[in-house]
Amino acid sequence: MLTNISRLLINVFSSFFVLTLFTFGLTHFFPDGSSFIYDPSLSTSLFPDVSLTMHQQELGLLEAYINYVTHILSGNFGFSSVRGTPIMDDFVIYFPATIELAAAALLIALVVGLPLGIYAAQHKDKWQDKLIMSGSLIGYSMPIFWWAMLLVLFFSIILGITPVASRIGFEFDIEPITGFMLLDTLLSEKHYALDAFKSALHHLILPAFVLGTVPLAVIARSTRSTMTDVLNADYIRSAKSRGISASKILWKYALRNASIPLLTAMGLQISILLTGSLITETIFSWPGIGKWLLEAVYRRDFAVIHGGILAIASFIIIIHLVLDIFRSFVDPKLRRKQ
Amino acid sequence: MSIQSQFYQQTRVPSTLARWWRHYKRNPLALIALFVLIVIALIAILADLLAPFDPARQFTDSIHIPPSWFDEGTTTHLFGTDYIGRDLFSRLVHGARLSLSLASAVVVLSAISGIFLGVLASFSNYWINSLIMRVMDFILAIPSLILAVVIVAIIGPGLPNAIYAVAFVLIPHFVLITRSAIVQETSKDYVTAMILDGASKSRLFLQSILPNILPPIVVQLTLAFSIAILEISTLGFLGLGAQAPHPEWGTILSESHHNIMFAPWTVAIPGLAILFTLLSINLVGDGLKDAMEPRQK
Amino acid sequence: MNLLHIENLSIDLKTHSGPLSIIDRLSLRMSDNEILGIVGESGSGKSMLAMAIMGLLSSKMEMKADYFSLDGQDLMKMVPADRQAYISSKASIIFQDPKSSLNPCFTIATQLNETLSAHGLHARSARKQRSMELLDAVGINQTKKVLNLYPHQLSGGMNQRVAIAIALACKPRLLIADEPTTSLDVTIQAQILDLIVNLNKTENVGVVLITHDFALLSENTDKIGVFYSGHMMEHAATKNILTNPLHPYTRSLLNSVPQLGKRHTRGSRLFALKGQIPTIDKPPVGCRLGPRCPSAEKQCVKPPRLISIPNHGKVRCHFAKQENERKETESNVETRSTRKQTILGADS
Repeated sequence: MLTNISRLLINVFSSFFVLTLFTFGLTHFFPDGSSFIYDPSLSTSLFPDVSLTMHQQELGLLEAYINYVTHILSGNFGFSSVRGTPIMDDFVIYFPATIELAAAALLIALVVGLPLGIYAAQHKDKWQDKLIMSGSLIGYSMPIFWWAMLLVLFFSIILGITPVASRIGFEFDIEPITGFMLLDTLLSEKHYALDAFKSALHHLILPAFVLGTVPLAVIARSTRSTMTDVLNADYIRSAKSRGISASKILWKYALRNASIPLLTAMGLQISILLTGSLITETIFSWPGIGKWLLEAVYRRDFAVIHGGILAIASFIIIIHLVLDIFRSFVDPKLRRKQ
Repeated sequence: MSIQSQFYQQTRVPSTLARWWRHYKRNPLALIALFVLIVIALIAILADLLAPFDPARQFTDSIHIPPSWFDEGTTTHLFGTDYIGRDLFSRLVHGARLSLSLASAVVVLSAISGIFLGVLASFSNYWINSLIMRVMDFILAIPSLILAVVIVAIIGPGLPNAIYAVAFVLIPHFVLITRSAIVQETSKDYVTAMILDGASKSRLFLQSILPNILPPIVVQLTLAFSIAILEISTLGFLGLGAQAPHPEWGTILSESHHNIMFAPWTVAIPGLAILFTLLSINLVGDGLKDAMEPRQK
Repeated sequence: MNLLHIENLSIDLKTHSGPLSIIDRLSLRMSDNEILGIVGESGSGKSMLAMAIMGLLSSKMEMKADYFSLDGQDLMKMVPADRQAYISSKASIIFQDPKSSLNPCFTIATQLNETLSAHGLHARSARKQRSMELLDAVGINQTKKVLNLYPHQLSGGMNQRVAIAIALACKPRLLIADEPTTSLDVTIQAQILDLIVNLNKTENVGVVLITHDFALLSENTDKIGVFYSGHMMEHAATKNILTNPLHPYTRSLLNSVPQLGKRHTRGSRLFALKGQIPTIDKPPVGCRLGPRCPSAEKQCVKPPRLISIPNHGKVRCHFAKQENERKETESNVETRSTRKQTILGADS
């Protein structure tokens, strides 16, 4: 267990090292990136904390890098070059919105995709399997910006049953406590808290479905392929021959064995979800990381771009670490006794 | 001679290519997809002949005309016109040319550099190898579209830059596939035998390893092609790739996005074009994968 | 009474271009407590027979039989659910690769418990007691310790012992061993084989031993069935097969076994059949061995029937009777090496 943890930690540190080198390189060497560094005469009065980046020009390369990493570790990711606010402050506001959307999308993808994949594996090569696999291939090939527009057209414009944009109805005023709208509405002491919760859920459903489409297809496909492999394994056949009930074989034996490769596949979903959030948030005016980052690109706010990519990549590193730890509990081969 | 040669026929061993084709043919969906893909490619090549109008020409008196199968539609404009009266069909046909050629450029760029790096990594010493692999792992860790957007933001929006950005984010896949295929292949005994026979590294690579790592690379090529089309059109939609007058599919969608209420066909039809292209490429890719690496039980 | 009695078992693989025959009209009888060896090349359908007996054929396979009795009950007359339950109470199977036949995610104890409770043993202490007995029976020493381990923490031989213990947990009347020793080291192979043969006596269980290794069968079996391309080519007592093989295929298999202790002269070669085993989509006309048979004649394009030879067994060859008579007239002390010469002579 100890060697396992140290291996994971080394992995995380080396990833983080390469990551900071990359973003440091961006801020330090790219001519455009230097807009991250303020003209001192302009900024000192307006934004007193900007001195962090100013000093970097005068420091040596190694010192500058160490300086950079210390600031990042203390939670200082720099300042927006357009608005002058700390990037970390923006991140704390926008990040929960993205997490909420992505979590809802992943939930939809798992709840629908897993059973579909299992069902297809059980009926391999029959019409049910072919139908599910064709459907998932379409989902997998879907340009989601178009898919989002189609769904908005159908559900919001033609049927009028879902809202078009933002996280909650404008008539509600909810204090941000956790940043997660669903939680905040429930925690709120206002008299319309429950209505606000319904409104938040109502606003969440369509973008979550859009964002969940590609992961749903990927999960259905990978569940099907790992489940077919597992269901064909000798240990499942011998369990069957020993009279163990079919439901027990499926839910206890096969799913447990399939969960190991599925966890690995789950790591890839994070990437897909964050990519998708860039588009989904833009179309649904969802105030999250993706929209924030894209607006920074339009405004050429390089400080936010660098800080944002650093934060996103750190988040991915952490997610992979969590998945790794989780996997070592599920897979007995990774568990070390003694 | 014994009797069998007189009435038992000999079995013929088909060539590798023929065997792949024979496996591929068995999959009807993949065959249809290949046909569709060829048709799309022909449309792209013959765009000038097929398109009735210049894609940029504005028919100011016929704005937002629905497709011909609607009552208000005309046969002049098969798929209707957009908000400034441009013929949608002509734009789509030219868009096919633009999208396919851009994606091909992306795939060629990233495949050449990716395969080169992969070969370099697998034939060089520990340090160069781990340096390359670390960097690739890092690039893979960042969601590809976000990385492409950031690159475009740094080097500036526009078509050529979008191509570089998408090509860059596709490189790691080629490096990983190439390297793992080579590592897998070099551990086999026939390669050891060739080394013992004194074959040089280049001879070893060209004569025995290259033919055997081709299947995974070909599959990766199709995959990269579909990702390239998707990401270029996404960048176009976000206004970071091809710019407005260009008839690129994503750009067409971003222009018609705001008119979705009045002219839904200007959104539906270009999107269907992207979906069909991606779907047929992915089907061809699946078919190739099954044909080249048949998993028989 | 027959432990296993199969009449005209056919197994087809369903494909787009029609069914392909994997096993063609196979008949077999096996008495209680017998050890039956099944030998054949890979792809000859011998493992498919094991799967058919265990009811494990995939849905792509179609099985037909006139009569298929396991311990006195006709399986073909049961509904699928009953059939699976009945089979699991009467027969067990162990596979070639012990690493893949044990579930990597669960401890040995869990896997034994599952099987025991599926067969009516629910009390926790009784299950533990029985698990230890079973592990003891297959020659595992530190039973308590092994129970709490995962399959990957044990060696291949130990895993195979555990797999046998789990197979015995159902108290089977028939144990099918599908290449049980192929993936093990040679010394372990002998141990596992001894274990199986011993269990045949101590646990009173009939054994079907499937292998491609003729040498393995010669010492351990009562009867041998020789498979080739989905057909039973020869089925007779082990003694008869070894001393008087009547089918050319059996002869060629025997001649291709290297003999320990006999120094082969330099440059001489072991006998090998020409060509390859036919693929199932293009079986040869007539006798399946035809294109490769060293003693094929024109009439071999007509399919031979499985005929009974008195004092021997059953053989599927047009020349079996002829061959048997010729053998009888010849001296009984004829050695194998001279027989080899006659076969080779027929070839040239």
